[in-house]
Amino acid sequence: MGTLNTLTLTDAIRKLHNNEITLDALYADVNSAVSSKNSALNIYLAQDKYAEKSAEKGTLSLLRGVPIAVKDNFLTVGLPTTASSKVLDGFMPPYESTVTSKLKKAGGVIFGKTNMDAWAHGSSTETSDYGPTKNPRNPEHLPGGSSGGSAAAVAADMCIAAIGSETAGSIRQPSAWCGVVGLKPTYGRVSRAGVVAMGSSLDCPGPITKTVEDAAILLNVIAGQDKYDATTSPVQVPDFTKMLKTGVKGVRVGIAYIDHEKLVGTPAAKAVEQAAEVLQSLGAIVDRVPLSQTLKDNTILTPDYAIGVYTVVQRGEVSSNLARYDGIRYGHDRTHFGDEAKRRIMLGTFTLSKGYADKYYVKAQQVRSLYIQNFRQLFSRYDVLISPTSPGYALKLGASKDNPMFGELEDMLEEPSSITGLPGINVPCGHDKKTNLYLGLNIVSAQWNEGLVLRAGYAFEQNTYWNSWLKKDK
Amino acid sequence: MKKTSSVPVHTKTSVMSTAVVQHIAKLANIPITSAEEKKLADGFTTTLGVVDQLKKLDTSTVEPTHQVTGLQNVLRDDGIDRDRMFTQEQALANALHTHNGYIVVEQILDQE
Amino acid sequence: MAEPTQKHTRRTPIIGMEVHVELKTASKMFCGCANDPFHAPAPNTYTCPVCLGMPGGLPVANKKAVEWTIKLGLALGCKVALFSKFDRKHYFYPDLAKGYQISQYDQPLCENGVVHTELGDVRIHRVHLEEDTGKLQHTTIDGKRVSLIDFNRSGVPLVEIVTEPDIHSAEHAKAYAKQIHEIVRTLEISDADMEKGSMRLEANISLADDPNVLPNYKVEVKNINSFRFLEHAITFEIARQDALLNDKKIPAQETRGWNEEKRTTIVQRSKENAEDYRYFPDPDLPPMTFDAKYVEKLRAELPMLPEEKIKKLEDLGIKPEFAQLLSSSEFPLSTLETLFTAAKGKGFEPNQVASVIINRKLDIRQVKTEHVLEILANTYTKDEVDPKELESAVSAVLEEQPKAVADYKAGKTQVIGFLIGMVSKKLGKKVSPKLLSSILVRMFSSKY
Repeated sequence: MGTLNTLTLTDAIRKLHNNEITLDALYADVNSAVSSKNSALNIYLAQDKYAEKSAEKGTLSLLRGVPIAVKDNFLTVGLPTTASSKVLDGFMPPYESTVTSKLKKAGGVIFGKTNMDAWAHGSSTETSDYGPTKNPRNPEHLPGGSSGGSAAAVAADMCIAAIGSETAGSIRQPSAWCGVVGLKPTYGRVSRAGVVAMGSSLDCPGPITKTVEDAAILLNVIAGQDKYDATTSPVQVPDFTKMLKTGVKGVRVGIAYIDHEKLVGTPAAKAVEQAAEVLQSLGAIVDRVPLSQTLKDNTILTPDYAIGVYTVVQRGEVSSNLARYDGIRYGHDRTHFGDEAKRRIMLGTFTLSKGYADKYYVKAQQVRSLYIQNFRQLFSRYDVLISPTSPGYALKLGASKDNPMFGELEDMLEEPSSITGLPGINVPCGHDKKTNLYLGLNIVSAQWNEGLVLRAGYAFEQNTYWNSWLKKDK
Repeated sequence: MKKTSSVPVHTKTSVMSTAVVQHIAKLANIPITSAEEKKLADGFTTTLGVVDQLKKLDTSTVEPTHQVTGLQNVLRDDGIDRDRMFTQEQALANALHTHNGYIVVEQILDQE
Repeated sequence: MAEPTQKHTRRTPIIGMEVHVELKTASKMFCGCANDPFHAPAPNTYTCPVCLGMPGGLPVANKKAVEWTIKLGLALGCKVALFSKFDRKHYFYPDLAKGYQISQYDQPLCENGVVHTELGDVRIHRVHLEEDTGKLQHTTIDGKRVSLIDFNRSGVPLVEIVTEPDIHSAEHAKAYAKQIHEIVRTLEISDADMEKGSMRLEANISLADDPNVLPNYKVEVKNINSFRFLEHAITFEIARQDALLNDKKIPAQETRGWNEEKRTTIVQRSKENAEDYRYFPDPDLPPMTFDAKYVEKLRAELPMLPEEKIKKLEDLGIKPEFAQLLSSSEFPLSTLETLFTAAKGKGFEPNQVASVIINRKLDIRQVKTEHVLEILANTYTKDEVDPKELESAVSAVLEEQPKAVADYKAGKTQVIGFLIGMVSKKLGKKVSPKLLSSILVRMFSSKY
């Protein structure tokens, strides 16, 4: 048995292109990883039996037929799509999501559908109606979520690259916990068409990969305006792999949030301080951004309020987006919703109801404006902001149970950038040898500035030893 | 517009009662058991406690943001897109009950 | 329910109307599906991820539907919003695929217009754009009572025109509805076929003791699919409510449907378990902004509207009652003007042309000018007749027709038509019936 499943996307493409490896051998190794690990980790909900056959058709395209794992909230013709909810058990989509059809067109193969928190409601993948996914780095721990299955598939080398989606943290947080790279693009950069909607003003598909370069390659494929999604932007899509290796010399970096009470003195805060030093040594201009309880120039508004904004906006949109699931045209009726979905639908219904919409929904959208103003000002002063992705290492299985605010607290460091639609990337920035668990660095920039986010991520990754795939090469 | 029933309005702190939970469940078309009511009410009270933090921020002069892209007037030209249309078979493939090309549900009565 | 018999009330009916019109765009409101539910080959053949409410289906608004709604608003004298947006309106019903209808809540495309009717002005509160639902059909299959759903209509663009409560009688409501129908037809934005449901009428009816104080209740009557039924339904409701009020009862705030067979309104079960639509701006649809230049461009594209056409016709000397009838889009103004000119050349007045068109129910879009002139000639041509000759012919006829003369004297004045015919026949010429009639009447009174 070989180890071609451990190839990065960049290397797999190159080696396939140069005929150094065959698709047969690649698929054999990926399949063998899946058969040895999937039952224990519970990553794939469905797999394409004909994946390799489809791969052969893609050998001359950009992605050369590589197997890609896709979160189960992307509609895929021929593969059941459930968003990990029993409500959609057995649902066979009659159409293809824009993201997966772009991947296919570029020669990618939708190898399988990955487990997630049901409806993407959560940050643990424990709320899946098909059982929790375990963290491949340490199966006693959670993979994070909601794209926990995709992050775990990458970490376990059960695919070459993966696709997830983020509403607030759902790409970056599981990537941090699984020690992989996760890029949340600018809202509107990647089409939501054919993705089971969660928070429509927040949802954003993006790559979860082994390296930053891999993420740039996949973003190139999936980005762009889509006539089936009116919120995708006509802003030009650059070649994200082009600028990748130009370094961070002169890049203005602001360190954010590590003076927050929940982070002071934590390993996560220390890891970010060290990361800042690395970037500084590479020529970046690094500065601390003080935390503030109110909107003030040159300070960053505490993420505490973003939790409230996100909770209200996302649940309001959830209550609306999940109204279509009545079991009449497809799926099963509303008795099949799990506890977390019920909670979110009901709270969202409440905050939009008569007499409450102004108090909660409108208020939340006003505070959202404050965050936009705050970031606009900060990005006139900084090129990127860095912070921990998660306050800590992956928590143990069961940690999310009976905690109605688990995800919000877990994802609070992503929420400000999510509610404002900014791009951000997680790159591994710390590792605990005892538990084999990772910490993640969250690099955020202004709208449409994925290029810079990727550049900073790449520079950091190439000059540190946290990336488990690059480490092996060294 | 229509005069309608609405959720009984609380003042001050957000504490959710089981009565409100029942009302919301009905509005959201979510069947819940009486055993769930109390647990849900407590959970909502906790969550709203976090949300209530927003009150600390003065937003009296702030416009709400409903979308972050800044896009406007994204309209499509009027034309039929056959590529996207389903055949009847596709449209009905996932439906639980069908009859002669229709989707079937238990009878809904308009009139009492 | 017994039909209330009382026809008159001392109370003032306060009526507002909501008219829904399906736009006849090629594609649906938020997706590229064919918008042609009435001619679809089979149920559920015009659907896609968006209008079938599939997971991941996202709406993209139809530009033409937006433009047509603005044009309709302009035709109704409305102000066009500089900023407008779509909102989600939530309720559960099997024909509503997404569990919400995309509609417009607080920032409709058009507001504050006015429609003039012969029974008084009706102010337009707002004109907004939304999507239609699927269609339900009730039946029994294998002994089970079921509803069948066809989503071909789901997502068809639907404009809602809402009035202020300015209507005060069934006739007034009918005049208003007809006017809306005519305007929509003139704009060619809808078939406005009430039988098929592409135009639907709803009336909000209440009775006020003091016409300056709005009543504290309102009854909404739906399911009205003709102008006649509208009149019936309102007449019925006024009587029903009046009877209740006379008994010191306040009519329940409710939705009722008109049942023409039973000639009553019947309470409808509310579609929602509670009416709280939880509106919020649809995050899938970026907002719309319009500038004055754009609005003026659309205004310039408006065809001539009935009101303006009536004025033009009256300026041409057409009697008001004829002008009203000819204002319909069935009678293009340019064709009418061609006919008037051609007729004038032959010595006929425009009102004679109008009279012929209306009385003979001529479809002037089909009928040739020559044919119209022929009819005019047969109806109105007067040959030159010597007055002496005329008088002797009249005398002769009166003598030949003693019975007709006797009938006339007995009060059956309609025999005059017969006598006119006889005189013309005797003369072998076309004589102005008016002239003959006056001679006959004069001779009756002097000679007989």
